[in-house]
Amino acid sequence: MAERSFKAQVEDLKLGAGETFTGEGILAITKALLESGVGYVGGYQGAPISHLMDVLADAEDLLTDLGVRYEANANEAAAAAMLAASVHYPIRGAVTFKGPVGVNVASDALANLSSSGVTGGALVIVGEDYGEGSSIMQERTHPFAMKAQMWLLDPRPNLPSIVKAVSDGFDLSEASNTPVMLMVRIRSCHVTGQFTARDNQRPKLTVKDALSNPRSDFNRVVLPPMSYAHEQDKVKNRWPAAEAFIRAKGMNEVFGPIDAPFGIVVQGGMYNGLIRALQRLGLADIYGGTQVPIYVLNVTYPLISSEFLDFCQGKDHVLVVEEGQPEFIETQLGSFLYRAESRVKLHGKGLFPMAGEYTGAVMLNAVEGFLKQAAPHMLPAAIRAPNVDRPAIPDLTKTVPIRPPGFCTGCPERPIFAAMKLVEKELGKHQIAADIGCHLFASLPPFEIGGATMGYGLGPAANGAFDGGGEKRPIAIIGDGGFWHNGLSSSFTNMAFNKSDGVAIIVDNYYSAATGGQDIMSSRADNGTKATKNPISKALRGIGITWVRQIDRTYDVAKMRDTIREALKTPTKGPKVIVASSECMLNKQRRQKPLTQQAIKEGRRVEAPRFGVDEAICTGDHACIRLSGCPSLSLKRLDDPLRDDPVASIDQSCVGCGNCGEVADAAILCPSFYRADVIHNPTKWERTFARFRSCIIRWLQSRREARRLTWRAE
Amino acid sequence: MTVHPSFDPLPADATQGIIKLALLAVGGQGGGVLTGWIEDLARANGYAAQATSVAGVAQRTGATVYYVEMAPATHGTPIFSLMPAAGDVDIMVTAELMEAGRAIIRGFVTPDRTTLITSTHRMLAVSEKTVPGDGIADATEVLAAADIAARRVIAADFDALALAQGSVISASLFGALAASETLPFPREAFEAAIAKGGKGVEPSLKAFAAGYEAARNGAPKAAATQPATRSDVPKGPAKLVAAWVTLTTRLDHLPPQVAELARPGLRKVVDFQDLAYGRAYLDRLDRILTKDRAPFDLTREAAKHIANAMAYDDIIRVADEKTRAARMTRIAGEMGAQDKLMHVTEFLHPRAEEVVSLLPARIGAKWAANPGRMALIDRLFNKGRRVRTDSLRGFLMLHVLGGLKGWRLKSLRHATETAHMDRWLATALGYVPQNYDLAVEVIRCRRLVKGYSDTHARGLSKFDKVLAAIDLIRDREDAADWAGRLREAALKDEEGKALDGAITTIRSFA
Repeated sequence: MAERSFKAQVEDLKLGAGETFTGEGILAITKALLESGVGYVGGYQGAPISHLMDVLADAEDLLTDLGVRYEANANEAAAAAMLAASVHYPIRGAVTFKGPVGVNVASDALANLSSSGVTGGALVIVGEDYGEGSSIMQERTHPFAMKAQMWLLDPRPNLPSIVKAVSDGFDLSEASNTPVMLMVRIRSCHVTGQFTARDNQRPKLTVKDALSNPRSDFNRVVLPPMSYAHEQDKVKNRWPAAEAFIRAKGMNEVFGPIDAPFGIVVQGGMYNGLIRALQRLGLADIYGGTQVPIYVLNVTYPLISSEFLDFCQGKDHVLVVEEGQPEFIETQLGSFLYRAESRVKLHGKGLFPMAGEYTGAVMLNAVEGFLKQAAPHMLPAAIRAPNVDRPAIPDLTKTVPIRPPGFCTGCPERPIFAAMKLVEKELGKHQIAADIGCHLFASLPPFEIGGATMGYGLGPAANGAFDGGGEKRPIAIIGDGGFWHNGLSSSFTNMAFNKSDGVAIIVDNYYSAATGGQDIMSSRADNGTKATKNPISKALRGIGITWVRQIDRTYDVAKMRDTIREALKTPTKGPKVIVASSECMLNKQRRQKPLTQQAIKEGRRVEAPRFGVDEAICTGDHACIRLSGCPSLSLKRLDDPLRDDPVASIDQSCVGCGNCGEVADAAILCPSFYRADVIHNPTKWERTFARFRSCIIRWLQSRREARRLTWRAE
Repeated sequence: MTVHPSFDPLPADATQGIIKLALLAVGGQGGGVLTGWIEDLARANGYAAQATSVAGVAQRTGATVYYVEMAPATHGTPIFSLMPAAGDVDIMVTAELMEAGRAIIRGFVTPDRTTLITSTHRMLAVSEKTVPGDGIADATEVLAAADIAARRVIAADFDALALAQGSVISASLFGALAASETLPFPREAFEAAIAKGGKGVEPSLKAFAAGYEAARNGAPKAAATQPATRSDVPKGPAKLVAAWVTLTTRLDHLPPQVAELARPGLRKVVDFQDLAYGRAYLDRLDRILTKDRAPFDLTREAAKHIANAMAYDDIIRVADEKTRAARMTRIAGEMGAQDKLMHVTEFLHPRAEEVVSLLPARIGAKWAANPGRMALIDRLFNKGRRVRTDSLRGFLMLHVLGGLKGWRLKSLRHATETAHMDRWLATALGYVPQNYDLAVEVIRCRRLVKGYSDTHARGLSKFDKVLAAIDLIRDREDAADWAGRLREAALKDEEGKALDGAITTIRSFA
C-alpha cells in the first residue's frame, strides 16, 4: 500500500460529461487518460509523478471495469517497452515516469519504439524533476525527445490545458505515427484546479481483444533495411504530418496584441510564471489579458518554423523563455530566423541565467530587462527610475541552518548506518558506493557514508573497478527498490559473474519507500494483484551468491556491526551480501497506528514503547546524536546555571524503535537513555504483581530518602 | 496556433486582486492538510484558488514550500503563479522559527506587504544538534529580523498550543491565519473548512481556537518559569536539614555574584555525596577567594566548575539517579502514564575501567595498570546490560550500587578526579598573578571534560591539549582571548579538527 491513498479521489475519476472536476494535476491527467479511451497504462514511480502511479493503482478496479490494463512496471525501461502494444494495434497506451532519469533508463525502448512508429496513440508522461524540490541531477528531458524524434508537449500549467494536452497528445501520436511525451513539471503535477469533465471512453480495441487477433509486420522491426526506411519515414512523413496537425489543431497559442513590435516565446509550462512577471509590471491583468504578444509553445518539439516566423512578423525584438540548459529551443528559433534572413533580435539566455530554475524573481528581472530594451515606454515609471528606500533586512544566512532531508523518526536504516559508522571507527574508512533511495541520506551529516551515486540499482555496479579487492574491501549500498528496479541484473549478476570480492548491503525496508511506499517483489504485504513476498536472499542464491547474511531486525546495532565487520574480514571469496531488513517506519506507523488504537480501545493488552533521556545523567556531549540524527532526538537547554551545554532530549514523536538504546550500548556511549513501555490494559495478575513490586521499591526509596537531603520537587 | 484577443491597458501591478499565501513547513508537520483547508475555504466562499507544493524527498524531514493563490472568481479564471516570488507574498506562514528565517532569507517576507505568521518553537536541524558544545541557532536574531522584514508579525508557539489540544500545528496555524484577518472570510468559514475535512475534527477545532486566541491576544503565559522549583531548603531528617541551614550561612559571606552560583553548586555536591563534601567544596572556594578580587570572576567561575568536577559521573551517581522516586514520577508524567503500568529499561554498558574505578584507590590503580587483569574483568563485565528499574531485581541492583556513597571517597575514581581537579586548579591559580583573565579562562576549560567512556577520554584529551596550548601563549597579552577561542574550538566537532587548527595557528606565533 502506498504512502498516500487516493481511494477517495478515485471517485472523481468517474465524473461524466459536463460535471466539474476539482483536484490535483496528476488526478486530472488520469481522468484525461480515461476520457481519451486509453487501453493500457503503466509506469514506474518517482517524484513528481509517484502519485500518478498511486492513483492508477488505487483506480485499478475502475480501470478493469473499463477494460484498461494496468501494469506497475519493474522499471522505466519495462514501462517504455510496454508501449510496443501500440506499434501494431490501434490501442492507446500511456506510461509515466520521472524525467530525465526515467528517460535515461527507458531510452533503449523509447528509441526502438520511435523507430518502429506507432498505430495507436502512445503517450509517455514525464515528470520533469527540475529546480526546487528535485532529487536528481539537473538535466532536461528535451534532448531525449529530439534524439529519438518523439514529440514533446509542455502544456500551460492549469488543469484544462493539461487535460487537453493528453487528448491532443493521443491524436497527434496517431496522426503522425509517433510516440509523444507529455512533460509536466513538479508543481504542475501537484497544482490544483478545476476542469469540465467528459465521459470516460472504453478503448475501441482492448488489449484482450488484441491477443485474440494477433498482428505483426516485419516492416516495423528495427533491423536493416527497415531501420533506414524508418529514419526516412520520420523526416519525410511523420514530421510533416505532426507539423500539419499541430498547426491545424492550434496546439500552440498566441495571446495579446498581434501588431506589437516585440513579443515573447514561452514554453507552455513557464506561461504562468511569465504572466505573473507581466502582471507585476502592470502589463497583464489577473486573467492573463496581456499587452505583450506571447507565443506559447505547448509543443516544444518539434518547433514549427512557419508558425514562429508568422509570430515574428513585424517584430524587432523577441524574448525566448526557456528554462534549463542547453537552450535547444532558443538555438533552433535563432536558426529559423537566420534561414529566413530575418532581422528580428532574439533574446533569451543572457537576460535569463543559463542554469537554474526560473523563479519569480528571475522571471521578473529578465522580462523587465527585455522590455527595457524592446519597449522602455511600457514599463511603469517606478521601474524605469527606481528610487525606493528599502529597509535593510538583516542577513540571516549565517544563522539559519540548512535542513536537508534525512531519515524519518524511527527509520530502520538509521541503525544500519550507525553500525557502519562504528565499523569505520574500528577498521578505518572504506570505499563506499551509494545508490538511489532514502539510504542515500546517509551520505549527509551526521553519517557522511558514501561518496557517489551512479543511478538506481547501480550501487554495487559502481564498485566494479574495485571488485578485485585489495587490502580493504569495497562496500556498496543499495535499497530493495533499486534491487528489483535493475540491481539484480546490473549490480548483482555483475558482482557474481566477475567474482567480486566486495561487500554489498541491501537495505530492505519492504517498499519502494523513497518514492512513496509502493509495493515491490519482496514486500511483505498481501497484494491482490501483484506478486509480493519474494525474498531478496532467495534471488541472490539463485544467481550463485552464497555468502548472504539475512538480518531481520536492523535495530540490533551490535549484530549489524558484527555482520558488517565479518563481511569485511572473512576469508571467503566472492561477493559478500548483507540483506538488512526492517519495515519502513513511516509505512509501519501508518499501518499499525490505527490497529494499536483499536486494540487499546477494545481492551486488549498493548505495550507502547518510547525512549527518554535522564537529563541529570546526560553530559551534553551529543555523541548519541552524531550516531543518529533522529528528528525526535533533539536538544534541550536546562534551567541550571551550572550547565553550559544543552542536553539530549527525546520528544513525543519518538516511536520507540530502539536505535537510541542499541547505539548507546553498542558504542558504549552513556547510561542516560531509558525505554519506557506503557502497558495499556495489563492483565490482572500483571497489575497485582506490579503493585507488589512498586510497594517494595517505594519502601526502599523512602527509606533512603529519610536518611538524606532531597531537593527535587515532586 | 490559437489566437486569443487582448484587453485594455492596466495600472501598475495588476496582481492586487490576488491574495498570495506561502507556507514553509518541515516534513511531517501537516503542511498539505493546512494547504487543503485554505484552498477549500477559498472555494467555498466564492474565490478561485490554486495550490501547489513540492512533494518529493524534501518531505523526508526537509523543508517544504506550499503555495496558495486566490482571487474572487467573478470574471473568469485568473492566471495564478505556481510558486511564491521574492517580494510578492502577502501572507507567509512558517511552521517553525528557523523556517521563518529561511522565508526572510528567500525574500518572501517584505515590509510593504507581508504578514508573517510563525510558530516560535524549534525543530533543531542536524547541524545544530551534532556539535559537542552548544550549536543551537540564535532565535532572537530571527525574531528581530522578522520585526524588520515583515509588515506585521504574529508569533507564538503554535506547536505547543496544538499539542496541548491533542492536535497538530496545522490546526493552530489555521486559527492564527483566521485571527490575522488577512483573508476576507469570517472565523466560521475557517471552522467549516476543518469540519469538511472530516478527520480528527474535534481536536483540530480546539487547536484552531487556541491558535486563534494566541494570535489575537498573545500566547497564554506559559506557566511562568516557576521560580525555584527546587526549594532551597531540602527535605530530610531534621538533623541534616539543620546542618544544611548552618552550612548555607557560609554562602552569605561570599560575594553575591559568587554565592549566586555557589548556592546551586553546594546543593549539587551535597546531593552527590553529603554535607561534609559540601564543606570541602566551600573550603575550596574560600581558598580561591583569598586570591581573588572584585568583581570575583575567578571564584564565580570556580563555584560552577568545581561543583561539576566534584559531582563526577561515576557508577554510584548514575545508579542513584536512576533509582530515585522523583525520577519514576517524572518519567510517568512525560510518558502520560500516571495511572498506568509502565516498564522502564535502562541501557547500561560498564567496562573494566568503570568496575576498577570503584575499587580502593591503591588496589584499583594496580589493577588498572595490569592489562591481563583488565581483560579478565572486561570478559566478566563488559557487555550491554538492559536493566529493568521497575523490576525488583534490576531496582535492587542499582539501589545497592547507588547506596555505595560511603565507599566512594576511597575509590580509585575519586582519587583520579581529585588529582585532576587539584592539577587544574593549581594551573589556573598559577596564572593569577601574571594574567587574571587567563586564570578565569583556564577555570572555564573544565567544561571540556564530560561524557562517559570514550567520550570522557576524548574530553580529557581535549582538555589537556587546550591547557598545553595555553601554556605556550601564557606570556601574551591576549592569552585569555586565545584560551577562550581554543575552548570554543574544542567544542565545535568531535574529532577536534577545529581545535587542532587553532593550535596550529598558535604554534605559528607562539
